[in-house]
Amino acid sequence: MMNVKNLVKKYDGKTVVNSVSFEIPKGKVTSLIGPNGAGKSTVMGMISRLIARDAGIVMFEDQDISSWKSKELSKRLAILTQTNNIQMKLTVRELVTFGRFPYSAGHNTAEDEKIIDQALAYMELESIQDQFIDELSGGQRQRAYIAMVIAQDTEYVLLDEPTNSLDIYHASKMMKIVRRLCDELGKTVILVLHEINYAAFYSDYICAFVDGKIAKMGTVKEVITKENLAEIYNVDFEIMEIEGRPLSIYY
Amino acid sequence: MLVILSIWSLFVGVLDVNLSGLFRGDGEQLEIFLISRLPRLLAILCTGIGMSVAGLIMQQLCMNKFVSPTTGATISSAQFGILLALLFMPKSTLWGRALFAFVFAIAGTWIFVWFIQRIQFKDVVMVPLVGIMFGNVITGVTNYFAYKYEMSQALSTWLVGHFSMVLRGRYELVYLVVPLVILAFVFANHFNIVGMGRDFSKNLGVHYNFVLFMGLSIAAMITASVVVVVGSISYIGLIVPNLIAMFKGDKIRGTLIDTALFGSIFVLVCDMIGRSIIAPYELPIELIIGIVGSIIFIAMLLYRLNHGRKAIRLGVRSGNGGLDAVSAMKGGDEK
Repeated sequence: MMNVKNLVKKYDGKTVVNSVSFEIPKGKVTSLIGPNGAGKSTVMGMISRLIARDAGIVMFEDQDISSWKSKELSKRLAILTQTNNIQMKLTVRELVTFGRFPYSAGHNTAEDEKIIDQALAYMELESIQDQFIDELSGGQRQRAYIAMVIAQDTEYVLLDEPTNSLDIYHASKMMKIVRRLCDELGKTVILVLHEINYAAFYSDYICAFVDGKIAKMGTVKEVITKENLAEIYNVDFEIMEIEGRPLSIYY
Repeated sequence: MLVILSIWSLFVGVLDVNLSGLFRGDGEQLEIFLISRLPRLLAILCTGIGMSVAGLIMQQLCMNKFVSPTTGATISSAQFGILLALLFMPKSTLWGRALFAFVFAIAGTWIFVWFIQRIQFKDVVMVPLVGIMFGNVITGVTNYFAYKYEMSQALSTWLVGHFSMVLRGRYELVYLVVPLVILAFVFANHFNIVGMGRDFSKNLGVHYNFVLFMGLSIAAMITASVVVVVGSISYIGLIVPNLIAMFKGDKIRGTLIDTALFGSIFVLVCDMIGRSIIAPYELPIELIIGIVGSIIFIAMLLYRLNHGRKAIRLGVRSGNGGLDAVSAMKGGDEK
């Protein structure tokens, strides 16, 4: 359970996140959307303890997130930020192995190795597991990071713009993976997304931010309406229903 | 290979020492062997291991392939510490001086890293440039004090690395490298994770600042213990980890031993060249390493240029190398 109350963040006196409260439904995919600078990524940083908050409460499993031991929390909650331009020459497997670090601190047991194998298999990375990550394509590298998060084996998975810098093929594949993380592995996934249609098509709940505040929060159908989107983005929208989900058209 | 070279190195020198002499129990030869040759070999090995491992740790923690004890102001800070020890405690022992060198090397490295974290430039080349500048400022201050108090003669011992002063009784400090390197090996995975960034380490429950400063302290202490005994040895901390990483990758657990071995072989070979070229005299190791190091460095750049993608960065890199080579040559001339 994750419960956020009156979250505030200021940068140089400017309020970026202003009194944000919401609850993340367990075992569902929740997407945070909104225009640039609306505070989505900052909120994501605060609920994952990467960014210090100026006011408010983040309750994670009935305990304030800052009172969690860092190591314990890293077994429950994993975050992947968008700046993963690591210049290190690590193999895919070595990277995925780091996901086990909170459990084994580098001394992997047979159990750990098994989980690593499963994570690699889940992301279909076995054939390239000994390649260096700096030699992979963007899509492959992103999959390697997701495999690491899977190996970390947390109930909560937070992904900051996982489709960023991926082409349409890899981006939609990434979103299908996100869906599988939730449906097959029972994880609670929280995403920051720019692409509204990915959010509409692949998530259960949507939380829309405007100017550091929550504009709308609810199920996909509740949030993705012509009026709401026009209000959030200041652009005219048309909504079409495809496979029972509202898809938006904008130009 | 290391073993063969080590044994060979034991028998290179001004005075003839050979196996048969040793086994016959020739007292004089045995004495040379124990007082000079063996300590020298051990000091060389520790230097090679220490400097390359220190370089490896610093490169990982700073997320920059061009940071090393030389380009991270560690060596110059250690020298400054030694100078202060000589100034204020003229009677200080080796250990006293080492203490000063430790404190200053750690402080200097911390200041450098604090500084580059404060100024958030993401340029790969800027970081080592700032380090070189910072190091030169410290060296400048060191030289000023040295001239003022007429200590430059004494100080030059620590400015140009050489092994000729390594004798029994005044080199043992360099053994400190061994436990420090073992410590580095134990925390290898932590260093790797911290090298992947603050968010990455927080996600995995690793205390970023603690590991960062602990790692830097280990690297600084290794460097300082080498500087106190041998003097400044540049280049190894820069090229050895880079060379190994090119072939073996960046997983510290996997490369630490390779890096250490290659570092010691490198220093050993350079030392033997230095001792053989103008025998019975010897050239300071810093000169040889400067020459060999810059050649390897240029070769490495050319290799990268032909095979790599990051061509833009190369121009500045080679400028860097030239600069270091020049200063190394200068050091040699002064001797």
